[in-house]
Amino acid sequence: MKLTHFVPLVSLATVVCAAPESFDFKDPKGVNNVVFKLDAPLESINGSASGISGTVSFDPENPAATSGKITVASGSLTVPNPLQKEHLHSANWLDVEKYPEITFETKSLANAKTDGNVTTADVTGTFSLHGVSKEITAPVTLTYLKDKLGDRVPNLKGDLLVIRASFSINRNDFNIQKGKSEDKVADVINLTLSIAGAAAKP
Amino acid sequence: MRRMLQILALTVMLAAAVTWLATGADIGWTKTTKPNGTLDEVTGIVDQTPVKCFVAGVDFLALGFGGAALLAGASVFFRKPNTNNQQNDQ
Repeated sequence: MKLTHFVPLVSLATVVCAAPESFDFKDPKGVNNVVFKLDAPLESINGSASGISGTVSFDPENPAATSGKITVASGSLTVPNPLQKEHLHSANWLDVEKYPEITFETKSLANAKTDGNVTTADVTGTFSLHGVSKEITAPVTLTYLKDKLGDRVPNLKGDLLVIRASFSINRNDFNIQKGKSEDKVADVINLTLSIAGAAAKP
Repeated sequence: MRRMLQILALTVMLAAAVTWLATGADIGWTKTTKPNGTLDEVTGIVDQTPVKCFVAGVDFLALGFGGAALLAGASVFFRKPNTNNQQNDQ
Protein backbone atom coordinates (compact mmCIF):
# COMPACT_ATOMS: atom_id res chain seq x y z
CA MET A 1 0.00 0.00 0.00
CA LYS A 2 1.31 3.39 -1.00
CA LEU A 3 1.88 5.97 1.70
CA THR A 4 -0.58 8.30 -0.03
CA HIS A 5 -3.31 5.67 0.53
CA PHE A 6 -2.25 4.94 4.08
CA VAL A 7 -2.46 8.52 5.37
CA PRO A 8 -6.21 9.00 4.68
CA LEU A 9 -6.93 5.63 6.29
CA VAL A 10 -5.08 6.59 9.46
CA SER A 11 -6.89 9.94 9.48
CA LEU A 12 -10.24 8.20 9.09
CA ALA A 13 -9.42 5.79 11.92
CA THR A 14 -8.46 8.71 14.14
CA VAL A 15 -11.71 10.48 13.37
CA VAL A 16 -13.69 7.29 14.07
CA CYS A 17 -11.89 6.70 17.38
CA ALA A 18 -12.33 10.30 18.49
CA ALA A 19 -16.01 10.41 17.61
CA PRO A 20 -18.30 11.22 20.54
CA GLU A 21 -20.25 8.32 21.99
CA SER A 22 -24.00 8.41 22.39
CA PHE A 23 -25.10 7.28 25.86
CA ASP A 24 -28.63 6.00 26.39
CA PHE A 25 -30.01 6.89 29.83
CA LYS A 26 -32.90 4.43 29.89
CA ASP A 27 -31.32 2.33 32.59
CA PRO A 28 -32.09 -1.41 32.41
CA LYS A 29 -31.38 -1.72 36.15
CA GLY A 30 -33.73 1.16 36.97
CA VAL A 31 -31.50 2.90 39.50
CA ASN A 32 -31.28 6.23 37.67
CA ASN A 33 -33.02 8.83 39.77
CA VAL A 34 -33.72 12.44 40.58
CA VAL A 35 -34.23 13.23 44.25
CA PHE A 36 -36.21 16.33 45.16
CA LYS A 37 -36.58 18.03 48.51
CA LEU A 38 -38.88 20.82 49.65
CA ASP A 39 -39.09 22.33 53.09
CA ALA A 40 -42.45 22.04 54.85
CA PRO A 41 -43.56 22.82 58.43
CA LEU A 42 -43.82 19.32 59.95
CA GLU A 43 -41.01 17.72 57.96
CA SER A 44 -39.30 18.28 54.61
CA ILE A 45 -40.91 16.56 51.65
CA ASN A 46 -38.39 14.14 50.17
CA GLY A 47 -39.24 12.34 46.97
CA SER A 48 -37.72 10.85 43.87
CA ALA A 49 -38.39 10.16 40.23
CA SER A 50 -37.18 7.13 38.33
CA GLY A 51 -38.78 7.36 34.89
CA ILE A 52 -35.66 8.70 33.22
CA SER A 53 -34.73 8.53 29.54
CA GLY A 54 -32.71 10.49 27.00
CA THR A 55 -29.37 10.50 25.27
CA VAL A 56 -26.14 12.35 25.89
CA SER A 57 -23.31 12.70 23.42
CA PHE A 58 -19.97 12.55 25.22
CA ASP A 59 -16.46 12.58 23.85
CA PRO A 60 -13.86 11.49 26.42
CA GLU A 61 -11.25 13.43 24.44
CA ASN A 62 -13.37 16.59 24.53
CA PRO A 63 -15.80 16.52 27.51
CA ALA A 64 -16.59 20.21 27.04
CA ALA A 65 -18.48 19.30 23.88
CA THR A 66 -20.99 17.18 25.81
CA SER A 67 -24.58 17.70 24.74
CA GLY A 68 -27.89 15.94 25.13
CA LYS A 69 -31.37 15.86 26.56
CA ILE A 70 -32.68 14.10 29.65
CA THR A 71 -36.38 13.47 30.16
CA VAL A 72 -38.13 12.56 33.41
CA ALA A 73 -41.66 11.15 33.31
CA SER A 74 -43.72 13.38 35.64
CA GLY A 75 -45.87 10.41 36.62
CA SER A 76 -42.82 8.65 38.09
CA LEU A 77 -42.42 11.31 40.79
CA THR A 78 -43.17 9.78 44.14
CA VAL A 79 -43.17 10.72 47.82
CA PRO A 80 -43.55 8.31 50.76
CA ASN A 81 -46.95 9.69 51.83
CA PRO A 82 -49.75 8.50 49.49
CA LEU A 83 -51.93 11.59 50.02
CA GLN A 84 -49.03 13.93 49.26
CA LYS A 85 -48.27 11.89 46.12
CA GLU A 86 -51.88 12.26 44.99
CA HIS A 87 -51.69 16.04 45.52
CA LEU A 88 -48.31 16.24 43.76
CA HIS A 89 -49.69 14.57 40.60
CA SER A 90 -52.96 16.50 40.65
CA ALA A 91 -53.96 19.40 38.37
CA ASN A 92 -53.31 21.82 41.26
CA TRP A 93 -49.63 20.95 41.42
CA LEU A 94 -47.68 19.18 38.64
CA ASP A 95 -50.69 18.17 36.53
CA VAL A 96 -48.91 15.07 35.26
CA GLU A 97 -51.66 14.28 32.75
CA LYS A 98 -51.28 17.62 30.99
CA TYR A 99 -47.50 17.88 31.44
CA PRO A 100 -46.21 14.29 31.32
CA GLU A 101 -42.53 15.20 30.91
CA ILE A 102 -39.88 17.23 32.68
CA THR A 103 -36.87 17.86 30.44
CA PHE A 104 -33.40 19.33 30.49
CA GLU A 105 -31.63 20.03 27.22
CA THR A 106 -28.02 21.19 27.26
CA LYS A 107 -26.85 24.34 25.51
CA SER A 108 -23.25 24.59 26.63
CA LEU A 109 -20.65 23.42 29.13
CA ALA A 110 -18.32 25.93 30.78
CA ASN A 111 -15.36 25.64 33.15
CA ALA A 112 -14.79 22.00 32.18
CA LYS A 113 -11.97 20.40 34.17
CA THR A 114 -10.96 16.77 33.74
CA ASP A 115 -9.06 14.73 36.29
CA GLY A 116 -8.63 11.12 35.19
CA ASN A 117 -12.05 9.87 34.18
CA VAL A 118 -13.95 12.60 36.07
CA THR A 119 -14.97 15.89 34.48
CA THR A 120 -16.56 18.74 36.38
CA ALA A 121 -18.23 21.62 34.60
CA ASP A 122 -21.07 24.11 34.71
CA VAL A 123 -23.81 23.05 32.37
CA THR A 124 -26.27 25.54 30.93
CA GLY A 125 -29.45 24.36 29.36
CA THR A 126 -33.20 24.66 29.08
CA PHE A 127 -35.19 23.18 31.94
CA SER A 128 -38.85 22.57 31.14
CA LEU A 129 -41.39 21.83 33.85
CA HIS A 130 -45.15 22.30 34.08
CA GLY A 131 -45.26 23.87 30.62
CA VAL A 132 -42.64 26.53 31.44
CA SER A 133 -39.09 26.54 30.03
CA LYS A 134 -36.26 28.42 31.68
CA GLU A 135 -32.53 28.56 31.13
CA ILE A 136 -30.57 27.35 34.13
CA THR A 137 -26.91 26.71 34.94
CA ALA A 138 -25.86 23.94 37.31
CA PRO A 139 -22.61 22.30 38.38
CA VAL A 140 -22.29 18.82 36.90
CA THR A 141 -19.92 15.89 37.35
CA LEU A 142 -19.39 13.45 34.50
CA THR A 143 -17.67 10.15 35.26
CA TYR A 144 -16.60 8.13 32.23
CA LEU A 145 -16.35 4.40 32.97
CA LYS A 146 -14.68 2.81 29.99
CA ASP A 147 -15.63 -0.82 29.26
CA LYS A 148 -17.71 -1.04 32.47
CA LEU A 149 -21.09 -1.73 30.86
CA GLY A 150 -20.48 -5.50 31.04
CA ASP A 151 -20.05 -5.24 34.83
CA ARG A 152 -23.62 -3.94 35.09
CA VAL A 153 -25.37 -5.70 32.26
CA PRO A 154 -24.02 -9.17 31.50
CA ASN A 155 -23.44 -10.05 27.82
CA LEU A 156 -23.09 -6.39 26.84
CA LYS A 157 -19.87 -4.59 26.04
CA GLY A 158 -19.43 -0.84 26.13
CA ASP A 159 -18.90 2.21 28.25
CA LEU A 160 -20.84 3.95 30.99
CA LEU A 161 -21.26 7.64 31.70
CA VAL A 162 -22.42 8.66 35.18
CA ILE A 163 -23.86 12.17 35.49
CA ARG A 164 -24.41 13.86 38.83
CA ALA A 165 -25.83 17.33 39.32
CA SER A 166 -27.40 19.31 42.14
CA PHE A 167 -29.35 22.48 41.67
CA SER A 168 -32.37 24.40 42.93
CA ILE A 169 -35.41 25.79 41.21
CA ASN A 170 -38.32 27.89 42.43
CA ARG A 171 -41.77 26.42 41.92
CA ASN A 172 -43.19 29.94 41.46
CA ASP A 173 -40.99 30.32 38.34
CA PHE A 174 -42.73 27.30 36.84
CA ASN A 175 -46.28 28.34 37.79
CA ILE A 176 -46.67 25.52 40.30
CA GLN A 177 -49.20 26.91 42.79
CA LYS A 178 -47.62 30.32 42.16
CA GLY A 179 -47.79 32.46 45.30
CA LYS A 180 -49.93 29.88 47.06
CA SER A 181 -49.41 27.49 49.97
CA GLU A 182 -45.95 28.90 50.74
CA ASP A 183 -46.66 28.44 54.45
CA LYS A 184 -47.14 24.71 53.77
CA VAL A 185 -44.61 24.00 51.00
CA ALA A 186 -41.46 26.03 50.33
CA ASP A 187 -40.93 27.83 47.04
CA VAL A 188 -37.42 26.38 46.62
CA ILE A 189 -37.09 22.82 45.32
CA ASN A 190 -33.67 21.18 45.68
CA LEU A 191 -32.93 18.64 42.96
CA THR A 192 -30.18 16.01 42.87
CA LEU A 193 -29.66 14.04 39.69
CA SER A 194 -27.80 10.69 39.68
CA ILE A 195 -27.97 8.89 36.36
CA ALA A 196 -25.91 6.41 34.39
CA GLY A 197 -26.03 6.03 30.62
CA ALA A 198 -24.73 3.20 28.48
CA ALA A 199 -22.99 3.22 25.12
CA ALA A 200 -23.06 -0.36 23.92
CA LYS A 201 -20.44 -1.61 21.49
CA PRO A 202 -20.83 -4.56 19.12
CA MET B 1 -73.15 -0.30 75.71
CA ARG B 2 -71.55 2.62 77.56
CA ARG B 3 -68.83 0.41 79.00
CA MET B 4 -68.30 -1.31 75.64
CA LEU B 5 -67.70 2.03 73.86
CA GLN B 6 -65.28 3.11 76.59
CA ILE B 7 -63.32 -0.11 76.27
CA LEU B 8 -63.33 0.25 72.47
CA ALA B 9 -62.05 3.85 72.78
CA LEU B 10 -59.23 2.71 75.05
CA THR B 11 -58.38 -0.13 72.66
CA VAL B 12 -58.28 2.21 69.62
CA MET B 13 -56.09 4.70 71.49
CA LEU B 14 -53.69 2.00 72.68
CA ALA B 15 -53.57 0.37 69.23
CA ALA B 16 -52.70 3.71 67.60
CA ALA B 17 -50.01 4.45 70.21
CA VAL B 18 -48.48 0.96 70.03
CA THR B 19 -48.46 1.01 66.19
CA TRP B 20 -46.85 4.47 66.18
CA LEU B 21 -44.19 3.37 68.66
CA ALA B 22 -43.58 0.03 66.93
CA THR B 23 -43.01 1.65 63.53
CA GLY B 24 -40.39 4.04 64.84
CA ALA B 25 -42.29 6.86 66.60
CA ASP B 26 -41.90 9.05 63.52
CA ILE B 27 -42.87 12.68 64.08
CA GLY B 28 -43.52 13.27 60.36
CA TRP B 29 -46.42 12.23 58.13
CA THR B 30 -47.42 8.58 57.69
CA LYS B 31 -45.37 6.84 55.01
CA THR B 32 -46.24 3.76 53.01
CA THR B 33 -42.98 3.51 51.07
CA LYS B 34 -39.29 4.16 51.60
CA PRO B 35 -36.34 4.34 49.18
CA ASN B 36 -34.72 1.00 48.36
CA GLY B 37 -31.29 2.37 49.34
CA THR B 38 -29.25 -0.31 47.56
CA LEU B 39 -25.91 0.90 46.17
CA ASP B 40 -25.11 0.15 42.55
CA GLU B 41 -21.45 -0.73 42.97
CA VAL B 42 -20.41 0.01 39.37
CA THR B 43 -21.90 3.50 39.11
CA GLY B 44 -22.07 4.43 42.81
CA ILE B 45 -25.72 5.42 42.43
CA VAL B 46 -28.03 4.70 45.36
CA ASP B 47 -31.30 3.13 44.19
CA GLN B 48 -34.25 5.34 45.20
CA THR B 49 -36.95 2.98 43.91
CA PRO B 50 -39.78 3.00 46.48
CA VAL B 51 -40.36 -0.20 48.41
CA LYS B 52 -43.45 -0.85 50.52
CA CYS B 53 -42.99 -0.02 54.18
CA PHE B 54 -45.51 1.32 56.69
CA VAL B 55 -44.34 4.02 59.09
CA ALA B 56 -47.10 5.54 61.20
CA GLY B 57 -46.79 9.30 61.52
CA VAL B 58 -48.36 11.90 63.76
CA ASP B 59 -51.43 12.02 61.49
CA PHE B 60 -52.00 8.32 62.21
CA LEU B 61 -51.60 8.97 65.93
CA ALA B 62 -53.98 11.95 65.78
CA LEU B 63 -56.54 9.91 63.84
CA GLY B 64 -56.34 7.10 66.41
CA PHE B 65 -56.65 9.46 69.36
CA GLY B 66 -59.41 11.41 67.62
CA GLY B 67 -61.35 8.21 66.94
CA ALA B 68 -60.90 7.16 70.57
CA ALA B 69 -62.16 10.56 71.75
CA LEU B 70 -65.24 10.24 69.52
CA LEU B 71 -66.00 6.78 70.87
CA ALA B 72 -65.49 7.93 74.46
CA GLY B 73 -67.68 10.97 73.76
CA ALA B 74 -70.40 8.83 72.21
CA SER B 75 -70.46 6.67 75.32
CA VAL B 76 -71.81 9.70 77.29
CA PHE B 77 -75.08 9.40 75.38
CA PHE B 78 -75.74 5.97 76.83
CA ARG B 79 -77.16 5.75 80.32
CA LYS B 80 -75.12 4.36 83.18
CA PRO B 81 -76.33 0.96 84.37
CA ASN B 82 -78.79 1.69 87.22
CA THR B 83 -76.97 0.24 90.24
CA ASN B 84 -79.47 1.74 92.78
CA ASN B 85 -82.33 -0.37 91.44
CA GLN B 86 -80.21 -3.48 91.72
CA GLN B 87 -79.33 -2.64 95.33
CA ASN B 88 -83.01 -1.91 96.16
CA ASP B 89 -84.06 -5.23 94.63
CA GLN B 90 -81.70 -7.03 96.98
